[in-house]
Amino acid sequence: MTQPPQSRAAFAPPVTTAIPAQRGPSGLPPARRTAFAEGAERLRDAATTEPGRLRVIGAVLALLVVAFGAVTAWQSGERATAADDVLTRSQPLSSGAAAIYRSLADANTAASTGFLAGPRESAANRERYEEDIRTAASGLVRAAADTEPGSASEATVRKLNRLLPEYKGLVERARVYNRQGYPVGGAYLRYANEKMQTEMLPAAQDLYTKENQRLDADYADATPYPWAAIALGLLALAALGLAQYRDFRRTNRVLNHGLVAASAATVVVLLWLVVGHTVARSGLFGSYEHGIRSLNVLHNAQIAALKARGNENLSLVARGAETVEVNGTKQDAYYYAFDRDLAALDARLTEARRLADDARGGAPVDSALDDTAEWKKRHGTARTEDERGNYQRALDQVIGADDTTGAAFDGVDGSLTRALGHEQTEFDRAAADGRDAMAGLPEGAAVLGVLGAAGAVYGIGRRLSEYR
Amino acid sequence: MRTRLRGWGGVGAMAVLCALALAFVMLLPRTQAHPAAGAAPAGRSLVTGSPARADDCEEPSAQNRTPPPSGADGPTIDAIKARKGDRRKLIVGIDQNSYRWGYRNPGTEGAELEGFDIDLVRRIAKDILGSPDDVQFKAIPTSQRIPAIQDGTVDMVVRTMTITCDRLRDVAFSAPYFKTGQQLLVPDASGIKGYDRTLAGKKVCTAAGSTAYGKLKADLERKALPATTDFSATVPNQLDCLVRLQLGEADAVVTDGALAASQAAQDPTVKVLGKPFTTEYYGVAMKKDATDLVRRVNRVLVDYRADGWQASYDKWLSATLGEDARSSRPPAPKYLRES
Repeated sequence: MTQPPQSRAAFAPPVTTAIPAQRGPSGLPPARRTAFAEGAERLRDAATTEPGRLRVIGAVLALLVVAFGAVTAWQSGERATAADDVLTRSQPLSSGAAAIYRSLADANTAASTGFLAGPRESAANRERYEEDIRTAASGLVRAAADTEPGSASEATVRKLNRLLPEYKGLVERARVYNRQGYPVGGAYLRYANEKMQTEMLPAAQDLYTKENQRLDADYADATPYPWAAIALGLLALAALGLAQYRDFRRTNRVLNHGLVAASAATVVVLLWLVVGHTVARSGLFGSYEHGIRSLNVLHNAQIAALKARGNENLSLVARGAETVEVNGTKQDAYYYAFDRDLAALDARLTEARRLADDARGGAPVDSALDDTAEWKKRHGTARTEDERGNYQRALDQVIGADDTTGAAFDGVDGSLTRALGHEQTEFDRAAADGRDAMAGLPEGAAVLGVLGAAGAVYGIGRRLSEYR
Repeated sequence: MRTRLRGWGGVGAMAVLCALALAFVMLLPRTQAHPAAGAAPAGRSLVTGSPARADDCEEPSAQNRTPPPSGADGPTIDAIKARKGDRRKLIVGIDQNSYRWGYRNPGTEGAELEGFDIDLVRRIAKDILGSPDDVQFKAIPTSQRIPAIQDGTVDMVVRTMTITCDRLRDVAFSAPYFKTGQQLLVPDASGIKGYDRTLAGKKVCTAAGSTAYGKLKADLERKALPATTDFSATVPNQLDCLVRLQLGEADAVVTDGALAASQAAQDPTVKVLGKPFTTEYYGVAMKKDATDLVRRVNRVLVDYRADGWQASYDKWLSATLGEDARSSRPPAPKYLRES
């Protein structure tokens, strides 16, 4: 890099034909000229001589190639970071937020099941509740560690952290009173349910939405083509081509080794950039199409299933205490909500089935669809019993031993968990492929850019040396 | 420095004391001007405050506005009996949160509904449909009792429901089956001494749509209660008040003495204060035009008072309301409604 300026300063002036022009002004008293005017004149003079032009061409070529390398390194580095964030930060956080929502809703369902079962509450149900609370608590810790201080997500996590022990306290009180046979236990459970439905689940939903926005933003940062780098690359190539054509016209030499090396380096970086990005984009888009979309639909399906189960339980806890008016007729509020949740579950599962692109992803969704149909059938039986006043038979149908709606729900829930696991693997693989397609590109672009610039300078230097 | 601070503290304390004394003196004539304190005799002077109306119903005798008993079937009873198969049941609105009145006993297999109200429901069902099990229970929040009857969701409501003139405009009541009155429920260590000026600045919990809420509202309007008594937060069920009380979100509960006792029975650290400061009667509520059903229920009640009432009282209520049932037994019914 330091060679060309040296050669220019040491050797160029004596050989050029423009010596008199340069000497003339310097003969005048130097104090009357500003340094800027003098420099400008020297530049103008230099540009009119062949070695001067060559120096300018060399400088421009070196600058273009270096700029191309730098911009490529910068833009692809940025995209690689965003792609890495998609894989290792925002998607896990989005999944984590969905898991928090799911475990909270599941804990609430387990608590109402336990209440309905009374003294017959199974150990499995109690363990399920405890496990849900643990999952939610550790999910909150992870979310807290990853949120930026002062952000809205942080406030939401803090709120959930405050509400979770409050909720647990209310449920524990409900249990103690329930065991003693006091109905105030039911009042505590209703209070806990209200806290969950009106404060905690909306906050968890909010967190999930925010994490998904962050995921979308990371995708948006990772996928656009690096147009600035591509344009600079093309410009550099064109300039190199022109320089070689000019060389050919003036000297009839076909190859200038330095310029050819510079062109080759630029072409390599440009191809690497375009191909790498195209592969990365297809990987990332694939991870969104086949991973994120399916994951979102499955998350929503699981939440719909949980809500439906919760409403089914609450309709029996409340025994018709809450009604809503639909098209002029009164309906049980919880049964009405159940119907809507189950319709949502059906729609989500159908969509998930459409999105599932292989047998391994489709099988659990199929089995969830089957279990949903079974659930609907059993629920119909239970509801008929309940509406005829056979409360005990309805209760047995919902939380009893065999062929219950609870068993059907567990089937749906289990299948959805399997499907989620499969789609998560799909996502991880596609997103990792996308991220890895850009591996080494920033560093490679920087190194090749420097080499290309050196080649251009070397090539021009060879031509200049002929004027010695 | 320290002495100077202490000096200012002394002055501050004096100022606060002066302000308190002044406030006390200004409040005193207001609270004593009305006989609202718990010592007042129950009855006429303590009406629930609903304005006098053209239909000449007066609160102390509202419970008498019911038709005479009869065992004859009519259109309402025929319709109930005409229900087919599994649906041939009496649909009754009850509460499942009133300990010893109507509640799911978590200690029984299947958490059965039990209590004084439930016993009466089964007796009515047996009389009309033949079996005490021919009942479909529907749990109803306090505020939904009247709408549920009006829109036919239930045939009747047996749910510690006080007979009032206001409610008589919307539904029909049977003869009274229980006598009670509003009482205060407070934590043991509470500074509240009764239904009086010690309620100033306190949060009082009531159920939405309850007679307790109506009483508080009326007494606040006629300035029989300190203006700072806050009873704006209501809950769906009186039992939810015990939850608020235990969590410190309320300082006192106003509800029927019968229900206050059942709340106190679930928590040894709360107590029912003094004597009831109103007199109220529970009745079975039905559709306003279901006269045949009302007369039938009245006939059931005649039998029930003679045989069944005392046994049910002993089983469910004697533990919380005392061995002596005299204060809870309604007076002999008068049937002053013509049709």
